[in-house]
Amino acid sequence: MTATDTPVNNGVNVEALLGARGALTEAPEAAKFQWRATCEWQNGTHSRSTVEGFFGLGEEQNHRTKYSFDADHPEIFASEDNGATPVEYVLVALASCLTAGVAAVAQNREIQLNSVSATIEGGMDVRGILGVDSDVRNGFSDIRVTYKIDADATPDDIKALVAQSQKRSAVYDIITNPTNVSVEVG
Amino acid sequence: MRTTTVVVGAGQSGLAMSRCLSERSIDHVVLERNEVANSWRRERWDSLRLLTPNWQCRLPGHAYSGDDPDGFMSAPEVVDFITEYAKLIDAPVMSGTTVSSVRCADQGYLVLTDQGEWHCATVVLASGAFNVPSVPTFAGAVPPQVTTMTPMEYRNPSQLSDGAVMVVGASATGVQIAAEIRRSGREVVLAVGEHVRGPRLYRDRDIHWWMEAAGVLDERYNEVDDIVRARRVPSMQLAGSQERATFDLNALTSIGVNLVGRLAGINDGRTQFSGSLRNKCELADLKLGRLLNTIDEWATANGLDDSVPPPHRFEPTAVDSSPRLDLDLKGGEIETIIWATGFRPDYSWLDVAVLDGKGMVRHDGGVVESPGMYLIGLPFLRRRKSSFIDGARADAEDLIRELTSYLDRHASVRG
Repeated sequence: MTATDTPVNNGVNVEALLGARGALTEAPEAAKFQWRATCEWQNGTHSRSTVEGFFGLGEEQNHRTKYSFDADHPEIFASEDNGATPVEYVLVALASCLTAGVAAVAQNREIQLNSVSATIEGGMDVRGILGVDSDVRNGFSDIRVTYKIDADATPDDIKALVAQSQKRSAVYDIITNPTNVSVEVG
Repeated sequence: MRTTTVVVGAGQSGLAMSRCLSERSIDHVVLERNEVANSWRRERWDSLRLLTPNWQCRLPGHAYSGDDPDGFMSAPEVVDFITEYAKLIDAPVMSGTTVSSVRCADQGYLVLTDQGEWHCATVVLASGAFNVPSVPTFAGAVPPQVTTMTPMEYRNPSQLSDGAVMVVGASATGVQIAAEIRRSGREVVLAVGEHVRGPRLYRDRDIHWWMEAAGVLDERYNEVDDIVRARRVPSMQLAGSQERATFDLNALTSIGVNLVGRLAGINDGRTQFSGSLRNKCELADLKLGRLLNTIDEWATANGLDDSVPPPHRFEPTAVDSSPRLDLDLKGGEIETIIWATGFRPDYSWLDVAVLDGKGMVRHDGGVVESPGMYLIGLPFLRRRKSSFIDGARADAEDLIRELTSYLDRHASVRG
């Protein structure tokens, strides 16, 4: 290993994050965020969801631009496959949340990342959603994430990055712990 | 009545402060709701022993001198140790004196008790860190057919029905109680969230010997990354058993305790366990690895490698490929739940605006925001060992300097 004076740069502004953490400790009200999406049915199982505005730091906020997501089912479910399945979006959400966490934790621990890739697999017994067997749940039976990380750090340090990223991940928490959900017709 | 310092609580911390005050001829009283070492008499389960070895039981001007330095005191032995200490230092303890209020008054504080009032310049809060069991908010959702208790009510397995027991929480308390109940022949499910893994012995020496030698126990509150978090970390999974056995999750699994994830909620009589068990175990394994690295580096740097066995690493914590995520409490599978989910201090009598949003005293290493008020005996108050008897010694010796310096600066307030 060669010593270098190049500062670690994973493109994460850790100072800003730590500053926010300090500020929000003092002003817990500003920490109350609300995330939103809207969803429009297109046809069949195809829908299009968009995200644009959210609430945080005490006021309405906007993404830089509106993002849109097509969801559908694959052709083997007799659908048109106009987009990823909703459960794949869940996998995408988990993988992207954990990966963002890896980068942020690495930056905070001054570990230079060279490459990070993850594959994520969710096992599902579709007899649940099809109502074939009421003992089978609708959702994933298990989710497995595998990281390949090239970084200027020891294998244990890299494992610790991934472990810490799970500990601080919103989506990991959402998936591993129950959440009250209310669905109403307005 | 007037005195210079009122110490609230006659446990190891309050008495350590008393000895430091006496040494400096500072007039004081130690107010104790019951008897010296009250919590050790009344609020502990039968098999509990200190987590720290006897040789580490040191208080200002006193140390263990028995013939079993590597052993661990039982709760009655701790009571004897602390009671003897109170006598030895001639502590001005007023037993049977319950403090009902501490409030600001002219040039100091007014302390109201059921045995009269005290005016004082300085107050030391030494009323303990573990007064009230912390139980999750959803504890009320446990179906009525399941008996629930806290570690303060638990004494031994014979008070439980014969059915399976769920122990919630995997700190030292949770693992000790889970192991004991499992050994009594009952099925045990242990709900495991964040925890701290530790072997009793490493390279033939007690883990506390290593942690002290390598400076880990003396790590200061202003040296750690996140002191707020460090103060909330559960206790290391240790027990002070005669056999010097390890009480980590692998040890529990080997005697048949079933591990599940953190208890996240109870919905319609069913428990919901978090799917994060593997991550929690991996975090604890990695953290143990870092501790052992620190110890090994210290051993090498200090020339111990020839006199103790070589370094080794413990097996990773074994977790089922798919631990169960729920359990029907209405079905009779679990007859008892024990909430080993921690304790918190009780400051209901503290009428000075020093509590934060979570009901904890705001302080800097035991120096409370309100001038002339000090706090002692809480986890990581000033150093990692603050919650141990030896930590009371070190913290009292620090805080007495703060307190005397305050009195010197406010010479007029001295009683």
